[in-house]
Amino acid sequence: MIKQITASTAKYVSLAIAVPVSLFPLLVVLFASLKTKEEYGRTSPLVPPENWFNFSNFVTAFTRGDMVQGFVNTLIILAFSLVGAIFLGTMAAYALDRFVFRGRGVVYTLFLVASLIPSVLMQVATFQIVHAMGLFNTRQAAILLFMGTDVVSIYIFLQFMASIPISLDEAAMLDGANRWTIYWRIILPLLKPAIATAVIIKGIAIYNEFYIPFLYMPARDLGVIATSLYRFKGPYGAQWEIIAAGTILVIVPTVLVFVFLQRYIYNGLTAGAVK
Amino acid sequence: MTDHHLGTSANDGISSVAVGRSLTRDRPTARRREMPSRLKFLKAVTPWAFLLLPLGLLILLTYLPAANLVYYSLTSWDGIDKTKEFIGLANYHRMFTDPEMYRVLLVSVYYLVGAFVQMAIALYFATILSSNVRFKNFFKGIIFFPYLINGVAIGFVFLYLFRPGGTFDSVLGLVGLESLSRQWLGDPSMVNISLAGTSVWRYTGMNFVLFLGAIQSIPAELYEAAELDGANHWRQFWNIILPGIQRVVGLSFILAISGALAVFEIPYVMTGGGNGSETFVIKTVTMAFTHHKVGLASTMALVLLAIVLVVTWIQRKVFPDERAELT
Repeated sequence: MIKQITASTAKYVSLAIAVPVSLFPLLVVLFASLKTKEEYGRTSPLVPPENWFNFSNFVTAFTRGDMVQGFVNTLIILAFSLVGAIFLGTMAAYALDRFVFRGRGVVYTLFLVASLIPSVLMQVATFQIVHAMGLFNTRQAAILLFMGTDVVSIYIFLQFMASIPISLDEAAMLDGANRWTIYWRIILPLLKPAIATAVIIKGIAIYNEFYIPFLYMPARDLGVIATSLYRFKGPYGAQWEIIAAGTILVIVPTVLVFVFLQRYIYNGLTAGAVK
Repeated sequence: MTDHHLGTSANDGISSVAVGRSLTRDRPTARRREMPSRLKFLKAVTPWAFLLLPLGLLILLTYLPAANLVYYSLTSWDGIDKTKEFIGLANYHRMFTDPEMYRVLLVSVYYLVGAFVQMAIALYFATILSSNVRFKNFFKGIIFFPYLINGVAIGFVFLYLFRPGGTFDSVLGLVGLESLSRQWLGDPSMVNISLAGTSVWRYTGMNFVLFLGAIQSIPAELYEAAELDGANHWRQFWNIILPGIQRVVGLSFILAISGALAVFEIPYVMTGGGNGSETFVIKTVTMAFTHHKVGLASTMALVLLAIVLVVTWIQRKVFPDERAELT
């Protein structure tokens, strides 16, 4: 009995340590973002701000730090690459799950191997191709790369599609529906839950991606969230209260997405990782 | 086929599916009719029509560049010049004889050790949160959340944490350990440990969620039987949990190794590779895009790619995919 109590105490003690380790680094950045320049210089990082509603650093970060432009560009890239990735991913999964054809195994392997390649390394050579296509310093570069090299969603679709009975396809086919109609009017609508999961997982990945926009879109007005924040390093190098505000601005949407869409995120990550 | 499925599709405007089902029943031989050759051709081409775009982009953006890496690696190309001078295996020779290359590759060892620490922490919390704990979802969310945060934001959070007089030093001062504080990112003997620690903070949540999912899919009867046999928690962990999640642990090992070899974002954002924190991938992209030595950079990329693929191949041999038999 006593042993059980100590075991359970140890459990809660370790959890009580894990919570501040996870949250405290973020909390102190929130503190800094709400302090005035003078207050920041005077107080320890561990001391909460005197005025919790001092948003002036956020205003500076938003307006002078190009964060507005960053959010707009991120949204544009998100919208186009998600729509593209969903169509390409569902079509690939449909072909791989519903057809028996020579070369199927090879195609499957091609997608699988591509998912193992570290993306940053590939840019050494991919850059030359994107450059030759005339897409350097355009949003299309990032959109093309995000929708063209997405393998995780294909796995999410493949897993889900296996649970849609083939008899549905066969019945429609006997009724004269062609393969495109089946894809468009039966498979795609039934894939909705998988599409929701893929949109969220892929959306978070695109929102967080740093190197592709950094490499392909160096123009100042083409900054996305990650690269706009990264550029705070130069001009605001010593003004930590401004950098802190920019950092919090980037994290807040992630918090909201996580709080409201947890279930999809957990499911999608498990599906994507265990290929 | 269940009526539930029919209902769903009918709602989406495909009422004809229901008719189709009754047809199947009336004419079971319908599908076996001889096909004209034109239809045969159409049948062979259809899957490729669906694959045209996704496969085309995959080849354009992954396999064509991969082939180009091989080609560039045999040249001294600078990335701009119209002509690419063929220099044979000189880049490979330079890569394998340059001690600097081994030095940056060894930086990965810090992250590899970090990855093992991270797996141990993840396994511990996955185990205790798979038992009866109050506020389970709250704790799960808190441990997992760092994984979702933007890498640049994480970089800044930890630059702030490690800076002289920053969060970490202040906490040490609070508990009377200020003598321990030092240049966490400025000291070459410390910088990689600080960065690997940041990486542990970022990725533990991912491992944790994978392990937790695997533990929760172990049938509950196994624990009940163990309880009846009087096995304590420790025995249950070794004899039920660990064997039950073997495959996910194996997978995480491989992700840890390939992840450690390919470390890029955290050190690039936080130190730019300074103070001896440069990793192999940082060196590769700097070589290609700052020093314009695309030939040598391609060689480096290829060699690391080969290592990552071999490691993954070994994993697939050691832990074969159990589900493959089902499909």
